[in-house]
Amino acid sequence: MNYETSTLAIVIFFAFVAFTLGLSFYLGGKAKSSAGYFAAHGQIPWFVNGVAFAGDYLSAASFLGICGMIAFSGYDGFLYSIGFLAGWIVALFVIAEPMKRLGKFTFADALDAKFQSKGVKLAAGISTLAVSIFYLIPQMVGAGVLVQPLLGFPHWVGVVIVGSVVIMIVVTAGMVSTTWVQFLKGSLLVIFSTVLVAMLLTRGFEVTEGGNDGYAFKTLTATQAEDRSLAVEGYEVVPPQGEWKDSSFVQLSSSAGMMVFSKEENTEGQITLHEAQTVTITEDGEKLINGKPHSKENDLHPVGRVSKLPGDKKSSGPVGLLSFFSTLQESEVVLWRNQKVKNEDGSSTTVYFQKPTAGSRVLRPGEHPKFEGIRSDKFSDKLNFISLMLALFCGTASLPHILIRYYTVKDGAAARKSTIVGIASIGFFYVLTLYMGLGAMTSGAMDVTNSNMAAPLLAKSMENWLFAVISAIAFTTVLGTVSGLILASAGAVAHDLAGVLLKEKLDDAQLVRVAKITSVVVGAIAIVLGILFEKMNVGFLVGWAFSVAASANLPSLVMLLFWKKTTKQGITAAVMVGMISSLAWILLSGDTFKTVYKIDAVSPVPFDQPGIVTIPLGFITLWVVSLMTQPKEEQLIA
Amino acid sequence: MQSRNARIGLKLFSVYLLLYGGFVGLNTFSPATMEKTPFAGVNLAIWYGMLLIIGAFVLALVYGLVCDPHDAPEDQEGGAEG
Repeated sequence: MNYETSTLAIVIFFAFVAFTLGLSFYLGGKAKSSAGYFAAHGQIPWFVNGVAFAGDYLSAASFLGICGMIAFSGYDGFLYSIGFLAGWIVALFVIAEPMKRLGKFTFADALDAKFQSKGVKLAAGISTLAVSIFYLIPQMVGAGVLVQPLLGFPHWVGVVIVGSVVIMIVVTAGMVSTTWVQFLKGSLLVIFSTVLVAMLLTRGFEVTEGGNDGYAFKTLTATQAEDRSLAVEGYEVVPPQGEWKDSSFVQLSSSAGMMVFSKEENTEGQITLHEAQTVTITEDGEKLINGKPHSKENDLHPVGRVSKLPGDKKSSGPVGLLSFFSTLQESEVVLWRNQKVKNEDGSSTTVYFQKPTAGSRVLRPGEHPKFEGIRSDKFSDKLNFISLMLALFCGTASLPHILIRYYTVKDGAAARKSTIVGIASIGFFYVLTLYMGLGAMTSGAMDVTNSNMAAPLLAKSMENWLFAVISAIAFTTVLGTVSGLILASAGAVAHDLAGVLLKEKLDDAQLVRVAKITSVVVGAIAIVLGILFEKMNVGFLVGWAFSVAASANLPSLVMLLFWKKTTKQGITAAVMVGMISSLAWILLSGDTFKTVYKIDAVSPVPFDQPGIVTIPLGFITLWVVSLMTQPKEEQLIA
Repeated sequence: MQSRNARIGLKLFSVYLLLYGGFVGLNTFSPATMEKTPFAGVNLAIWYGMLLIIGAFVLALVYGLVCDPHDAPEDQEGGAEG
C-alpha cells in the first residue's frame, strides 16, 4: 500500500522523540548510584508508578498487535486483551506485596531472598534474559512497522532507530527516566485512544464499494457450462495453469489487462466473482502489483469496509457504545484473506481476496485461523486454546520487566496501590482495543499486507494530525517497553549473572558500568531479531513470551510464597525446566515450522501453545526436587 | 500462618479464577453459547469479555479498600524456609 509521508506527521513524531530523549538526559543526572539506576531509589510516587505500569505493559503487542488482529479477524484479538488483563489479578492478589518485601533490584532477588544461593541467582538471571529477549522481538518488529508509513523509511531503518534511541535512554539514565517516559506514554496512549474511539463512534458505519482511495472493487456474475468452464460478460476467462487449477481463483483478461477474482458459489449454483489484489515476485526479484510493475501509481488499494447495514441503509449515523456492536452484529463486512500460488514460470503470486462475512461471525470467537480450533472436534485444538489462555493469565506476574517495577515504590502498600492504578488504566485501554480494531476493520484504510498497522491507519482515516500523534505515541510505546526490557536484562546480568560468574564482588560504579554495556549488547541483539521477524503479527509473538515467562518463573514465585518445603534446588530446577521445556516446545511447534523455518513438516508436539504442559511441569519439578532435597533435621536446628 | 491481606487476596483471586475459568470453558466447549445476544443486541462473548475487564478493576478496588496498610510483616509469611 502507498504510504505518503506528511510533514506534520514527521514534525510531531520528532518532537515526541526529542522530548523523550531530553527528559532522559535531564533525569539521568539523578540516578548515579546503582539504587538509583536500577530502582529509582524506591521513590517513585505510587500513582506515577501505576500509570508507568500501563506504559510498560501496553506494548506494541497491545496497541498494534491486538488492534490488528481484531481488524483482520474480529473478536479473537480481544481474547488477548482479556487474557493480558486477567494476568494482573495474579500480580495484584498473589505477587505484588511479597515481591516488594523480598526483593531489591531484580526478580532473582525475590526468589533468592531466603536462600542466598548462586544456583537460584544464575537460573533466574538466565530466565530473565531469555524472557526479555523473546519479548523484545515483537516490540522491535512493531517499531519497524511504524516508521515505514510515517517517515517513508524501510522496516529495518525503523528497527535500528528504535534500538539506538532506547540504548541511549537506558545508558543515560536507567529506571528514573524509564519510569517517567512510561508514565508519559501510558497517559497519552489512553487519552488519545479515547479521542480516537469518540471520533469513531461519531462517524458510525457507511456502506462502500472499496477503500478510502476511492477505488471500487468489482463484483461480477459468471455462468457455468456443463463442462464447468466459466463465462463472464465483457471478459475473457484465462484457462488456469499449474497451481491455479486447484485454487478457487479465476483469472480474467480484458482491454485493461489481467485481473484475478475469487469465486463464490451459492447453494443454487449461482457464481459470483469478487475482485482480488495480487502481489507477484518474479524469479529475478521484481515486484508486480496486480500484474504490473510496482510503483507509486500502481500499488495495492487500502481495504476494510461494511458491505451491508441493517435495513439496507447506506449509513448508520453516529453510534453509541452498545449500538456500535449491535449495528455491526446485524451488518456484513468484507474481510481479506490471502493465499500463495506458484506460477509455472517460477514466480510466486500472493492473492489477497475478499471474504464477505456476517457481522455476527466477526463478533464471535473462532474466526482467526489461530483460534479456529475452538470449533474443531479435535481435543488437541481445544487444548491449544486453553493453553494460550492459561499462559496469558499466568504470564503477566512472571514478566521480569513488570516485576522490577515493584522496587521503584517505597513499600508494599504503594506496590498494591500502583497495581490498582495499573489495572484501571490497562483495563480501560483494553476495552478501547475492541472499538479501535473493529473501527479499523470498517475504516477503508487498512493495508491488506500488514495487520500491525491497523490502529495508526484508523487514525489516518480520521485526521492526518491524529495519525501523526497516534504513530508518535505508538513509537514511544515501543521505546518505553523496550527500555524496561533492556533495563531488566541489564539488571539480571549486572546483579545476578556477574555476581555468580565473577570472583570479585563488583562495586556500585562497576555494577552500573556492566549494566550499561549489557544494555548496548541486548539492544543490538534486539535490532537483529526485529529485522529477522518482520512479517509476524506482534500480538502472536508476545503470546510466546508469556508462555516462557509463565513456565519458567511463576511456579517458583508461587511456591516460594505458599509452600514451606520449597528448597533452593527445587527453585533452580523449576526455573530451568520451565524455561527449557517451553522454549523447546515453541521451537518444535507446527506454527514455528511454518512461519519461521518455512518448512512443511509434521511437528513433534501435538499443539502450538506450551503453557498447559510446561507450567504444571515447572510446579511438579519444584515439588519433586524440593522433597528430594529437604534439609536434615539437625541442619534445621543448627 | 498467612497475613490477613494475603488471605483476602487469595479469596478475591479465587472469585476471579472462577469467572475466567467459566469464560475459557464456554469458549472452548460451547462456543455457540457465546454467539447468543442476551441483551441490547450485543452477544455474550462481548458481555462476558467486558465483565472480566471491569470485574478485574472492581475486585482490585475492593482489595485496595479492605487491605490493612500495616499488615503482612515478613515473619508472618507462609512461604519457604531457608
